[in-house]
Amino acid sequence: MIDVKNLTKSFGKHQVLQGINEHIEKGEKVAIIGPSGSGKSTFLRCLNLLEEPTSGTITFEGVDITDPKNDINKLRARMGMVFQQFNLFPHMTVKQNITLAPTKLKLMTKEEADQKAVELLERVGLPDKINAYPKQLSGGQQQRIAIARALAMNPDVMLFDEPTSALDPEMVGEVLEIMKELADEGMTMVVVTHEMGFARSVATRVLFMDQGQIAEQNEPEAFFTNPQNPRLQEFLSKVL
Amino acid sequence: MDFTQIYESFQGLENPSFWQHVYMRFYRAWFEGDRWMQYFEGLGTTVLVTILALLIGVVLGVVVAVIRTGHDQQRKGKHNPVLGVLNLICKIYVTVIRGTPMLVQLMIMGFVVFQNSRNFTMVGALALGINSGAYVAEIIRGGLMSLDPGQMEAGRSLGLGYLPTMTYIVVPQAFKAILPALGNEFITLLKDTSLISAIAGKEVVYFAKAIGAKTYDYMFPLLIIAVMYLILVLIFTWLQGKLERRLRASDRR
Repeated sequence: MIDVKNLTKSFGKHQVLQGINEHIEKGEKVAIIGPSGSGKSTFLRCLNLLEEPTSGTITFEGVDITDPKNDINKLRARMGMVFQQFNLFPHMTVKQNITLAPTKLKLMTKEEADQKAVELLERVGLPDKINAYPKQLSGGQQQRIAIARALAMNPDVMLFDEPTSALDPEMVGEVLEIMKELADEGMTMVVVTHEMGFARSVATRVLFMDQGQIAEQNEPEAFFTNPQNPRLQEFLSKVL
Repeated sequence: MDFTQIYESFQGLENPSFWQHVYMRFYRAWFEGDRWMQYFEGLGTTVLVTILALLIGVVLGVVVAVIRTGHDQQRKGKHNPVLGVLNLICKIYVTVIRGTPMLVQLMIMGFVVFQNSRNFTMVGALALGINSGAYVAEIIRGGLMSLDPGQMEAGRSLGLGYLPTMTYIVVPQAFKAILPALGNEFITLLKDTSLISAIAGKEVVYFAKAIGAKTYDYMFPLLIIAVMYLILVLIFTWLQGKLERRLRASDRR
């Protein structure tokens, strides 16, 4: 589904991604962990071109998204993204946040989008917040709305950029629960996270990034119980 | 007894009191020969010039701000040369306008560029609009740049293009943020219209000076127009406050 070849990204002289090759299959739940500055968020943001790769190609469902000739907006519409800081639109109600993109891109009529918003809010457990403004909600609630907003586009893959890192500890659970349900329904997911428990129980594959490269990857059980890379062993010993 | 009769009765006095004297001066500045109509004629022009200059300023300001921001937010490797040239022109425009005095710009427009035009009022409106545009552009650009980049990213990640994201997400929020600064610019503009009397634009200062010259008494004509400006600004400030409160609805928690 997503094929990454020789991906590099530099900010000025600093090379953040040093040639990444990765293939993500439909239905996979890939967790990306690693120390800060290892390039994991940059890698994720390259997948929908929020960061422009310096070199290399990213192919999504057979289309090279790094080719300027391809319409990036059409491709992004099929990739949902959830941010660390939620990034809800503060001047719009919850319903408007969810229905904006599907209606403006003419994928749904207003009625269909409203119906979809009601369903999604039911799913993330916030049906009574439909007319609230983001600032009236807690961090956990905002992030659940952000997930609903991304799902409203019926994406083929969901990208999560540290979705629980900005939350109060007691709100982490409610967001992870939604993500777990999403995974159980078969959504393809790429998740940058510091939640080792989530990576272990939900992911089908875990990647460890260090200094702009994928240093090790494995299925979660072996990844956590039998790490090979010394840097990963050190990292796990500190966070587990 | 009406105002004229009071005035005439005071005029007959040999030693008018202080307040009787003040009344007579005010009468000559306001009632005599229906002069008050001239103030309102001038005030009408002042408001008209302000609105015209505001329209020119906002249109110019938005265009310049969009070009400048669009240029700075281009995707890397997709550098548009046309946008580069436009950006340079906008930069020069803003630099020149902000770097020279309003009065000098007005005189250059009135006595050099449009020296054959007799329509001083419109020339003044144009000069003010061009001047205001540079400031409005910087205000808008500041508003667009100050917004959390995450808002643009969120819009783009949903598949919305650059312009729709700007239209539905960035601009409405930026507008709310820049409204106080924009109101300030509008008030400045309203008061700067007084400068066009320097190129014989027939706004309210022009008439006040004419009346002062005729009656040999500048005090009341100038006080009267000062009050007029103040009332206009107060009305506008009140309207602006109402608008800001309405836009703040989503900030309540």
